[in-house]
Amino acid sequence: METISIEGTPKTPTITFDTGKGFLEIKGRSIPENSIEFYKPLVDWLEKYAAKPQSTTNVNIQLEYFNTSSSKCILDVFKKLEAINKGGSQVTINWYYEEDDEDMLEAGEDYQAIINVPFKMVQVEE
Amino acid sequence: MMLDIYDFYDKMERNNIMLSFKGDITSELLTSILQIMESKLDNLQEEPKIKKKVYNVLVECLQNLYHHMDEVAPEQNDKIRSAIFMIGKLDNQYNIITGNYIKNENVAGLKKRLEDINLLSKEELKEYYKAVLNNGEMSLKGGGGLGMIDIARKTGEKLNFNFSPVDNTFSFFTLNIKISQ
Repeated sequence: METISIEGTPKTPTITFDTGKGFLEIKGRSIPENSIEFYKPLVDWLEKYAAKPQSTTNVNIQLEYFNTSSSKCILDVFKKLEAINKGGSQVTINWYYEEDDEDMLEAGEDYQAIINVPFKMVQVEE
Repeated sequence: MMLDIYDFYDKMERNNIMLSFKGDITSELLTSILQIMESKLDNLQEEPKIKKKVYNVLVECLQNLYHHMDEVAPEQNDKIRSAIFMIGKLDNQYNIITGNYIKNENVAGLKKRLEDINLLSKEELKEYYKAVLNNGEMSLKGGGGLGMIDIARKTGEKLNFNFSPVDNTFSFFTLNIKISQ
């Protein structure tokens, strides 16, 4: 088991995936022009993890901004998590949003409506 | 060339243009524009809510231009690859204006798509967004036809657009997005 991470940039988020603890965090901004390229490694890691997941998998999504190009890739990540949840690991997705950011809350609710994994909407102060 | 610079300046001043650009749209340029606009929004001490909305819509508008360049004119000359972008703030309303060439054969399709989006209510836009998000289709770079829906949804305004015929091959497409406080 290992920890995999991608350092954030002004256009891409910091990603930390501790497979030993079953903890994944995506934090920062996700506004790259080419999001498929950016999210490919994460989707691949999740595929590997799915073969031997921990009994629980906690996922923190704490994004300040994300573009529509990222939104389909984030859905792909969630679909992998949905499969992991079905496969025996209890997955929780914690969706963080700042208290007055209704757009970010709604975005989380959109995913919640599509993905069959428990979501927790977590309000944070600015 | 005789360009009346004062006239140019005066028009920009009266429309309170904060930033404008004309030319080839590159990834590096977008990074710079976004950095400049972010610090301008900070300096104006906008509410975080407005700041985020403007920034989000700006990202979508600029990335539309960027992706459009590659799709429509990968081998065209600089003139056709060139686009225009402006952002201004007048009477507590942000205006984002973009303009780019589009092939005449693509005008009808885009026009229909924008008109269809403009017919939708807030709730219908939400449902449409979710349907397109989950339709499994993605372009090579990850754009998925969500940009315009997202802009309409976040601004709560109709998309204001225009197509001006240029010649037998191209038209000029302009989009004027308003973000009210």
